[in-house]
Amino acid sequence: MNDLSVQFDGVSKRYTHFSLENVHLELPTGSIMGFIGANGAGKSTTIRILMGLVHQDEGSVRVLGHPMPADQAAAKLDIGFVSEDMRLYGAATLAWHMNFLRPIYPRWDQPYAEKLAQRFDLKPQQKIKGLSHGQRVKAALLLALARRPRLLVLDEPTTGLDPVARVEVLGELMAALADEERTILISSHNTLDVEQISDQITFIDRGRIIDSDNKEAFLDRWRRLRLVLPPDVVVPRLPGVIEVGGSSRLPVLTTNQFEPAMVSVCNDLGVTVQAVDTMTLEEIFVANVHSRRERLTA
Amino acid sequence: MHSDIVISQSDHRPMYLQIMEQVKQKVAVGDWAPGDEIPSIRQLAMDLRVSVITIKRAYLELEREGVIITQHGKGSIIAPNPDLSPRLYVEEFSEHLEKVARLGELLGLSSEEIARRTKEASSRLNEARPTKEIV
Repeated sequence: MNDLSVQFDGVSKRYTHFSLENVHLELPTGSIMGFIGANGAGKSTTIRILMGLVHQDEGSVRVLGHPMPADQAAAKLDIGFVSEDMRLYGAATLAWHMNFLRPIYPRWDQPYAEKLAQRFDLKPQQKIKGLSHGQRVKAALLLALARRPRLLVLDEPTTGLDPVARVEVLGELMAALADEERTILISSHNTLDVEQISDQITFIDRGRIIDSDNKEAFLDRWRRLRLVLPPDVVVPRLPGVIEVGGSSRLPVLTTNQFEPAMVSVCNDLGVTVQAVDTMTLEEIFVANVHSRRERLTA
Repeated sequence: MHSDIVISQSDHRPMYLQIMEQVKQKVAVGDWAPGDEIPSIRQLAMDLRVSVITIKRAYLELEREGVIITQHGKGSIIAPNPDLSPRLYVEEFSEHLEKVARLGELLGLSSEEIARRTKEASSRLNEARPTKEIV
């Protein structure tokens, strides 16, 4: 069995005003990937290619071992997909939707569906058109989870959810991963939404993947160093520095290759390291995007 | 076994360090005894709603420090003689000391004055907490 649930290799898709260029993406089975990008960065295009809804111009895509889009019918039986613009039938009830999906998906789990309805505080007899935005998202998620899919693909699922609903949703996503065989890809423009539960983090900007790594590695290698330079001493050349801010005597360096040894290197040069700050994933994302955009315009 | 570990979003330290610290405290106060089975990585991840990789990291560091033993395919237990020597605190402590020294200098304090103030701070802490439960 392939231990990658999703594999993109050199995938490109060109539109008149936007192009996705040379995307490589690997999502190991049993893990959660947070797919982070600003609005219009290419998250949804990537996800549509993954689902076989849009066909790539170049490159290969394998999802759960199936080549896409060629084998999309077989792949889709095992993928649960929830997107923000998901349409459910407004005039029908949640129970009607459950009964509709039940015979289509062999692994449909009715007791689990009912348990989820309770946890999400949804009434199966209520019509979809009477639901709030948050309730609709939870209903769509319920319908996807109860199919017990091997891969769950969620396009901005937490957008517009209140804090209580968001915690419920993230909790159920974690619970769905209990047996190590299931995999989740969750896109968001908000790092805070996905930071806590993600194992892998991928940043996308302007149609290109700009960084992809496991979350602990991200948090380990990014640091901000606040230095104090004596007069006439230049900023030391340190590895991985992508941004130098602050003033000339009090520079602030952002590095993505932090090693504790950097501090002694600075001290040897007569430079005082005032502080070594850890960075949140949001700060890392923003610094990453800025440095990439600056290099492109330079 | 319920874990009772609490992750604080406003704690600036990485989540894996918070988890390590709380596991050690549980061992120190006897909630978790040597030989006790502790929650599996996946179980704890679900309980805390924290990614598997973060729990993995915490368990790996705890094993390196000799607090737990992970048996492949069998889960993890508290080590027979758990080593609770707080290596990480030692590092953090020296960092803070350096900050104290630098700020003291900035305020024009003599090193005697800095030492006196440090001593005062620690006696204040002892007064506020007469019974020292946690090592």
